[in-house]
Amino acid sequence: MIQFQDIYKSFGKLDVLTGVTAEVSGGGISAILGPNGSGKTTLIKMLLGMVYPNKGEIIFDGKPIKKEWIYKKDISYLPQIARFPENLTIVDLINLIKDIRGEDSEEERLIELFDLHSHMGKKIKHLSGGTKQKVNITLALMYDNPVIVLDEPSTGLDPIALVRLKNLILEERDKGKNILITTHIMSLVEDLSDEILFLLEGKIHFRGTIPEIKEFTGAINLETAIANLLEHKNAENIKV
Amino acid sequence: MLKILKYSFNDLLRSKWTIIYLAFFLIATQGLLYITGDSDNTVVGLLNVVVILCPLIATIFGTVNFYNSREFTELLLAQPIKRKDIFLGQYFGMTLSLSIGYLLGVLLPFVIHSFTNYVNYELLAILLAVGVFLTFIFSALSFLISLITDDKIKGFGISILAWLLLALVYDGLQLYILSMLGNYPLEKISLVLTFLNPIDLSRILLMLKLDISALLGYTGAVFNKFFGSYLGYILSFVALAVWVVIPLYFINRVSMKKDF
Repeated sequence: MIQFQDIYKSFGKLDVLTGVTAEVSGGGISAILGPNGSGKTTLIKMLLGMVYPNKGEIIFDGKPIKKEWIYKKDISYLPQIARFPENLTIVDLINLIKDIRGEDSEEERLIELFDLHSHMGKKIKHLSGGTKQKVNITLALMYDNPVIVLDEPSTGLDPIALVRLKNLILEERDKGKNILITTHIMSLVEDLSDEILFLLEGKIHFRGTIPEIKEFTGAINLETAIANLLEHKNAENIKV
Repeated sequence: MLKILKYSFNDLLRSKWTIIYLAFFLIATQGLLYITGDSDNTVVGLLNVVVILCPLIATIFGTVNFYNSREFTELLLAQPIKRKDIFLGQYFGMTLSLSIGYLLGVLLPFVIHSFTNYVNYELLAILLAVGVFLTFIFSALSFLISLITDDKIKGFGISILAWLLLALVYDGLQLYILSMLGNYPLEKISLVLTFLNPIDLSRILLMLKLDISALLGYTGAVFNKFFGSYLGYILSFVALAVWVVIPLYFINRVSMKKDF
């Protein structure tokens, strides 16, 4: 479904990605992990055509995405920061996305799930951070698309909303969708992900399931395993 | 593009700044009409406000709006629409809402005035057209500058500098050049220099429609002959249109290559 082929990207002197090759297909949840600034968001944005690679190609559904835009209708994307035009209401925003993507959306279910009914007519600037994130999630997930990309989905959510979000993501996975997720919350990774792509120094440093990463690093929990990966990043004994 | 335009327009039309902008022109126009009691004099009074304020507000609005809607732009970039449509839609949405604020603010008092008094509609039409053109031009310039400059403060600074340069410094430079070359016939040069600056061009266009052009001396006579002609008129508006099209072309070009 999605192939990253030898992707290079630098911003000025900073080399962010130096040869990322990976394929995501066949359904399931893949967590993209890595320290701050390791290029997780950059990689995701490349898939959506927001950032262009210096070198390499991204193939979506068998076709290179370069200069294309129609393929984006198959991707649900949740951006990291939820900020919208301040004077629009939630209803306006939902209508805007519907205007662009078509009418066959299922926002009602999400509005119900996140208790947004009482906020629908409010302007965005009067909403709290957590509520904005709920709006963000609603906008991202109201379409039934084969690929879902979530950049830090848990930001600002209260525990109830977080549990509901997790269940929602698992439901989508059970429909056979490909889900990419980045987060720094390890419990979320443990609960959700089928496999982990660990980005370090511009490359995919490790790829495997949670049991595999634990075994590989000799750690008992995921947090320690990730810490071990980071600490031994220069050690010769760790190879992908 | 129309979809984005519609939402950007709705967002800004509801912003309190658009309302303040509208209210300002309502009060200024009504006030001038009340004090002078005469439509021509009001246009002269408004002329100075329009050629300075419309560009300034468009510059500030353009920059602030661009940086404020950055995250929203990112959300739109992830949607199945062309990049071109996103940026042009946002640009036209913003410019149109500003233009409507300006148009209504100036037009309404004049319409009310026209019930009881004579209004020179030709002059008023030029004033309105010039203000709208300046709004379009300076919104486009500030939009382009913001697109190129990622740093908000820097972008804002450069935009204001661009405004300052065209609104104030340019006149000084023009005067300097003309006084340096005082021994030569300068009508052509000053005509060309005027054409290169949309603010000067707007000002001259209006002034020549008023009877005060006699104050401009021989140059004024040359100007009058040129701008008074049908061709001069059309050329002036073409020049203003070019000032809109060039930044828009670059907005399109830069946005196609930029990483977000």
